[in-house]
Parts: sequence; structure tokens; C-alpha cells
Amino acid sequence: MIELKQVSKTFTRKGITIDAVKGIDLKVDKGDIFGVIGYSGAGKSTLIRLVNYLERPTEGQVLVAGRDLGTYNDKELRAAKKNIGMIFQHFNLLESKKVFENVAIPLVLLKKNKNEIRKRVLELLEFVGLSDKAGSYPSELSGGQKQRVGIARALASNPSILLCDEATSALDPQTTHSILQLLKKINAEYNITVMIITHEMSVIQEICNKVAVMEAGRIIEQGSVLDVFGSPKHKTTQNFVKTVIQNSITPSVQKSIKTEPGSVLYKLNFVGESASEPILFEMIRSFDMKVNILFANTTEIQETTLGTVIIQCSGDTAEINNALSFLKRHGVSVEEVESNVFDHINR
Amino acid sequence: MFSTTLTGDQFLQAIIETIQMVGVSLFVGSLIGIPFGILLVITRPGGVLENKALYAILNPIINIIRSLPFIILLVAIVPFTRFIVHTSIGTSAAIVPLIIYIAPYIGRLVENSLLEVNPGILEAAEAMGATPFQVIWYFLLPEAVGSLILSLTTATIGLIGATAMAGTVGGGGVGDLAIVYGYQRFDTVVVVATVVILIILVQGIQSLGNTLARKIRRY
Repeated sequence: MIELKQVSKTFTRKGITIDAVKGIDLKVDKGDIFGVIGYSGAGKSTLIRLVNYLERPTEGQVLVAGRDLGTYNDKELRAAKKNIGMIFQHFNLLESKKVFENVAIPLVLLKKNKNEIRKRVLELLEFVGLSDKAGSYPSELSGGQKQRVGIARALASNPSILLCDEATSALDPQTTHSILQLLKKINAEYNITVMIITHEMSVIQEICNKVAVMEAGRIIEQGSVLDVFGSPKHKTTQNFVKTVIQNSITPSVQKSIKTEPGSVLYKLNFVGESASEPILFEMIRSFDMKVNILFANTTEIQETTLGTVIIQCSGDTAEINNALSFLKRHGVSVEEVESNVFDHINR
Repeated sequence: MFSTTLTGDQFLQAIIETIQMVGVSLFVGSLIGIPFGILLVITRPGGVLENKALYAILNPIINIIRSLPFIILLVAIVPFTRFIVHTSIGTSAAIVPLIIYIAPYIGRLVENSLLEVNPGILEAAEAMGATPFQVIWYFLLPEAVGSLILSLTTATIGLIGATAMAGTVGGGGVGDLAIVYGYQRFDTVVVVATVVILIILVQGIQSLGNTLARKIRRY
């Protein structure tokens, strides 16, 4: 649906060049809720603006629905933009117009007739739960309501893609949750591909199925949310994951770890079914070794349970290896960790 | 000391002349100044229809005219005034320089009003695939209406001040009355009366502008 090929964007201001985005390759499939996460200045805002050509790439291609936006003339590009809705952190509603007129604007631009506009706008307001606010001005609405108006407006022209630029960053957690649920509903009911830019990992955790992590204009890690959350590789990714999932031993436990010879620490990742079965219990009962559970946590991502357990095993090496292959057979990923790794992670 | 040779009719005549001069030059000045202001905003670097050459021409024109005091402008363009209205004295002769004085001023005020519009709204417009005309018509102007009204109010009050000098070319009006009858003939009543009239006029226009702007803004 959206494909970026080796896209770079360089800004030049007063002789100083800034590479906002460097050599990005990215693919968003139809029906995805694709999240891009990064700290401020990582280039994610520029990235999302490249998708609807609010910014033109300095290099590379941006393909939407299989066509390179760079090959369009101005008129074709404007038509293509009507297929891509966008919502903003600060909503960007017309303060001088009522909610109804705000939602109607994309249809007015398309020169639809009045009855058609009225029907569509009321339907959209109903969908976002603001039927009673049609005659209000944006200044009379709360932040969450304003974003709902923004969403209704973005959907007015029946786009197949919705871009969300920090759409929940100005909202409180409760409102964020309700807006995210609405985005999820849009994705499910209208089959609209959603691309979200955020600095909050909880947003990714709550609704995205794929994620890309950005740093200094590049994508440093991408994949399914489950994979990235399950085993974050890059330091920045680990820091983001840590904001929503605790996956390391707490400092006090860590201090008391007895590093006796022959004892090894393992990090076990349980995904989906393996998280709900008594695999660990079976292992402890079937194999003759000492198992000390240092840390355990479960999280739900994409309606899949993700469990992380860190155990310390001591005993006969062959027995331990048997136990580990037993775990692997049951779909648990096993990763040996050195105890000093935790020093590093926890600091 | 409290006697005057001026009749009520003369006062009324002067007020009508002032309103005429202000009204006509404000109307024509807006017709020129508002598009000028819009052009300045859309052609500026980063504008909807960025055009460096046009902006580089428009911007100095406004600065040049704006740097002339009205009294100088008035006499400097007498040949031009004579060419347009075939006379260089009287109310209509005063209106020509008033228009030339106020149009760039309105242009600058309109530019400032439009620049106040939240850039995010223009970004939203662009994301919707609006044409440059649609951006101006459906986004830029509606969002700036309240501010535009206040700008025109400021322009109107500036015009009232400028009409006082129109007497130099026999333009008449309240200001002329104060100078010719009040100052030159030592008629204190006329001076006081014109001051009061001007205060009421300016106050009334400012209140009207404020009320209209508040009604339209609603936020």
C-alpha cells in the first residue's frame, strides 16, 4: 500500500544542510496499523510527511498504491492526496467553522452537492460519536473531541490510508485510549491502512501490528510488533520496550544473585499458547536440576500474551541442556544471559 | 470666548465630507490593498504559491509608499491626481492620494492578519489536496476574518487622521474646519467641537470593529 524506496530528505536552511531522513526502506501492507516510533528529532515527522508528499523526497521513491508519487503532476498529486487522510497532534481544525463545516471541508473541495455532504458528514459524526456536536465550534470541545472531529474530517473523502502524526501526544491517557480504539475500529471496519508516528511505546503496544524504530533519520529496527517487543535488538528499541514492558531483573534481586559455578541464567520468552500452559512446571518436575525464578512478567500485545521469565539453573549440564530442548520443543525461545548483562540493562 | 461664527450646517457638511473621503478611499483602498496583502502572503518564501520575483517587487513598493508622510504624498502626486480626476483641489482631489496612502497600509495589515493564521491549518489544507485558490478561499481567509476586521478598523482610523490634512488641497472635512476656522481664526469652540466629533467618530468605529470581530471569531 505504501512503499518507500531508499528515501532521503535533506533540508537546506541558510547554507546549513540537515539530513532529516536517510535511506529509508519501508513497506506498509494493506490493512496494517504501522507504527513508527522514535525520540524527538529522529525524523519521524518528516517521514510521515513524505508519504503524502507534504515533503518531497530529495532522493528515492515514495509509492502509494503501487504508483510513484514523483511521477504525478500537481493535479494528479492533489487527487492522490484525497486518498490519504491525515490527522495531527494539534488537530488543525478551522476555529472559525463549526464541527459540521470542518468535517464537510474535504467534500466541499471535491464539489459534492449539499445533500450528499450533509448525509456523509452526519454519518461520520455518528461514527466518531459526536452527533450532538455538529453545531459546536472547535473551541467548545475537549482535546479528545477535537481529535474525533479531525478523524471524521480525514475520513470524509473515503481515503484508503490514514496518516496519524502524533495524534494522541496532546491527549491524556484515558482519551488516548479511546482515540486509539477508534483508530482500531476504522482499520477493522473500513479496512483503512493506518500509519502512526509516535514517541509513546504504549500506542504501538495498543494498536499496531508492525513497528519501525527510528533514530537519527534512519530505521534501526522494524518488524512485527510481537517480534520487536519480544526481542528488541537495538539499544534504543530496548529502551522503548522497557517503557511498557519490564523485562529485566529488578536491582535488589540482581544484587542477591549467587553466581555459583555451574549455574547459568536463561531468559525465556513465551509467546501465545506457550504462555498459558504449565510448561515451566513440567520442566521443573521432569528434570533433575535446581531452578530459581528471578523474574517473571506477562504482557499482552496484539491480543497475544507475551511472557518473559528469567531463571537461574544449576545442576548437571546434560540435564540442563535436556530441559532447554524440552522448552524449545514447546515453543519457548531460550536465550542465555550473563548476569552482568543485567547490570548494563538496569543502569 | 464661547461664541462662534460657524453654523451647524457647516459642521454637518464637514462631517459628511470626512465620511465621504474615508468611505470612498477605504473602499477603493481595500479593493487594492486586500489582494495585495494576499499576494504578499502567498508569494513569500514558503507560501502557497511561492514566487520570489513577484514578492521582491511587491514588498518594496509597499515600503516605499509607506515611508512617505501623508502630507508629502499629497503634494508629491498632484500631477497624478490631476490626471485621474482632472483637478487638484476639492474632496475628490483628496481621495486620490488617500487611496494611494491607505492601499499599501491595508496591504501590510492584511498580510499580518493572514500570517497569524495557524500554519497547521494550511498544512491540513495541503494534505487534503486543496488547490492554491481553495487554500486561500476556504482556509486562509475564513480563519483570518476576525483579524482582518480589526485591521480594517485600524486602517479606517488612520484614514480619519489623514483626512485632516486634506484641507491642504481644499478637500474639506472636519480636520480642515479645525485648522481654517478654529486655529487660523482663533475660534476655540470650533477646535473643541471638532476634537469631540473626532473622538466620538474614532471611538465609534473602534467599538464597531471590536464587536464585529468578536462576533465573527467566536473563540
